[in-house]
Amino acid sequence: MSDYNFAYLDEQTKRMIRRAILKGLAIPGYQVPFASREMPMPYGWGTGGVQVSAAVMTPQDRFKVIDQGADDTTNAVSIRTFFERTAGVATTTKTSEASVIQTRHRIPEEPLSEGQILVYQVPIPEPLRFLEPRESETRKMHSLAEYGLMHVKLYEDISRHGHIATSYDYPVKVEGRYVMDPSPIPKFDNPKLGDMAAIQLFGAGREQRIYALPPYTQVVSLDFEDHPFEASKPDHPCAMCGAENSYLDEVITDDAGRRMFVCSDTDFCEARQVAGHTGTMNGKDAA
Amino acid sequence: MIDLRNVSKTFTLHNQSSAVIEVVNNVTLSVAAGECVALTGASGAGKSTLMRMIYGNYLTQAGQILIDGTDIVQAEPRDVIALRRETLGYVSQFLRVVPRVPTLDVVAEPLRAVGASASDAQALAEYLLAKLNIPQRLWSLSPTTFSGGEQQRVNIARGFAHPYPAMLLDEPTASLDAANREVVLSLIEEAKARGAAIIGIFHDEAARARVCDREIDVSQFTPGVAV
Amino acid sequence: MTPLLSVQGITKFYGQHIGCKDVGFDLYPGEVMGIVGESGSGKSTLLNCMAGHLTSDAGAVVFDTRTDGPRDTVTMSEPERRMLSRTDWAFVHQHARDGLRMGVSAGGNVGERLMAVGERHYGDIRAKATDWLGRVEIDATRVDDRPTTFSGGMQQRLQIARNLVTGPRLVFMDEPTGGLDVSVQARLLDLLRGLVRDMGLSAIIVTHDLAVVRLLADRLMVMKDGHVVEAGLTDQVLDDPQHAYSQLLVSSVLQV
Repeated sequence: MSDYNFAYLDEQTKRMIRRAILKGLAIPGYQVPFASREMPMPYGWGTGGVQVSAAVMTPQDRFKVIDQGADDTTNAVSIRTFFERTAGVATTTKTSEASVIQTRHRIPEEPLSEGQILVYQVPIPEPLRFLEPRESETRKMHSLAEYGLMHVKLYEDISRHGHIATSYDYPVKVEGRYVMDPSPIPKFDNPKLGDMAAIQLFGAGREQRIYALPPYTQVVSLDFEDHPFEASKPDHPCAMCGAENSYLDEVITDDAGRRMFVCSDTDFCEARQVAGHTGTMNGKDAA
Repeated sequence: MIDLRNVSKTFTLHNQSSAVIEVVNNVTLSVAAGECVALTGASGAGKSTLMRMIYGNYLTQAGQILIDGTDIVQAEPRDVIALRRETLGYVSQFLRVVPRVPTLDVVAEPLRAVGASASDAQALAEYLLAKLNIPQRLWSLSPTTFSGGEQQRVNIARGFAHPYPAMLLDEPTASLDAANREVVLSLIEEAKARGAAIIGIFHDEAARARVCDREIDVSQFTPGVAV
Repeated sequence: MTPLLSVQGITKFYGQHIGCKDVGFDLYPGEVMGIVGESGSGKSTLLNCMAGHLTSDAGAVVFDTRTDGPRDTVTMSEPERRMLSRTDWAFVHQHARDGLRMGVSAGGNVGERLMAVGERHYGDIRAKATDWLGRVEIDATRVDDRPTTFSGGMQQRLQIARNLVTGPRLVFMDEPTGGLDVSVQARLLDLLRGLVRDMGLSAIIVTHDLAVVRLLADRLMVMKDGHVVEAGLTDQVLDDPQHAYSQLLVSSVLQV
């Protein structure tokens, strides 16, 4: 513990990042450049999220990390351990008990409350990059709110697939102003972005950008009048807890190709099982 | 209708020791509505040049050329364009068109330019082409591939599509057979009857005698001769 | 009558070198203006200054806007100017690749301007895009194909459709037929002429091809070393050029 400053980063760096975060909160959806530091993990492993978490963390915080909804994957475990060692903060896997939650590619199923902070790891913060590679031009497009190009992407989707096939990284418009990339969360999670009680912070380490959504921000998923946005719906109940409206992972169960669908949010699933809910798989096991 | 007052023109050839060539000097003439006037004179006397000056194709150095009250010499390009669209027609000896455009559209274009509907313009174009004995199978082809005589007739059909109050005709009957020559002369007579003021160059003396009310010998304006 | 575009004293220097100097003219609705000159004569610099792609060192480009009447586009705010270039203005590049999104389908390319001005009905956007492909003689079955699969002439026609779909009033064209086969050029010229007439477009065409301006342009400006040396009716300038350079230019064209 004494080998490091609290939460790894030096105080000057934290200050710089906090300023970026505050600016981001003041201009919801706007990408604020920041001087991303080298972190003791490779890009793509959440360096942006880790720096944001480190900058907002206090010794009293209780920290949770999820990767695709799970608390027990390598990435989640290493980042949790990283902060246990460098900040000495308490950690948890329970969504409701955590004050800071760092996430990769999911929003927890359980609604978050005021006082909680959700930190997203973002690989590519620029939603327009797919069609316009010039950074100078995309910045201008943001500043002038020229977002026709974003709809070109959706147009291409419909013309090719008959419907909007973008199923994650689905672009949103924040408070009627900035178009924002919500990071690669499934579009199933898009409706949770808006009007959320918790603070949402987005950190892109390699791209050196931070952006944010303050509590209760209006967030609208882009669409066409005749092809309205639809969040994906699960085709099955969870095989473990029987939940019918949570985001599911497909799990192959044997070499014969049998499979089951289970909640991607492990904490949510376990909590339901503890509360007595069962799905087809563990119901059978219990029988 | 067409009124030339003290009109003169010189060519300055900057790339040939800046030679200055006087072409016509101090031309004054006037053509009334319903009148057809022939320009005569030997080759090189300046008949075509004078005609092109009246059309605004050649720049005039001095004098006034009034067409229906507008002075071509002083007019802005857009006024000249409007005048050419509405008032002043020109049948040159050469057909100049966008390659690939069907003959029917070439002939209909002057009408489309003054706002005629596509169907009206096409109907009149068909009438004129038929009258000038252009075989119907050629109508959908570009006139760029036609024979000289056919091109000449397409040019005439195009020139007579819109009833211009003033018309300039450069050898309209050259390279035409007797039947087509007759059609063209009757078109000129019809134009006169509706009140068009016409200036023409006709090497065909019989044609000239038939449609022209008077002749103006351009040689009198040729500087070398006049002095 | 108010000119659609009034260019006044446009001057652009590249360091000590003159790009174009003190160029001015008025363009009226429905007029097509050709600008000719050799490479380096300043014609492209002038075009880019007028279209707002380059910042001129002096001068005004006054456009008769639909809502507020004549406005100087040089001094108007950038958002306004960019809005203008998506609505009432169009720019056709010499190389279709510069004016198209090569990774986006033909329909998406044409639809982009519609979406940029706020159209949000997929069916309508697609119908308009398909209609425009027809107008530029591209088969409707190609609507979902990318321009990379198109020939040079088709790409250029697609670029024109993409530009004209929002019904602009002024089109800037930089060598629109350059680099195309002669037969393809003719088809494109015919198409442009029809569109100009039917839509009442005004256009400014920069080219070094005198045949192109003779067929398309009502008026002509001849440029040399950044200056306009002669201007007037197209056929008058070509048939009776007054300036030494214009005479040289016209007499240098090979007759066919």
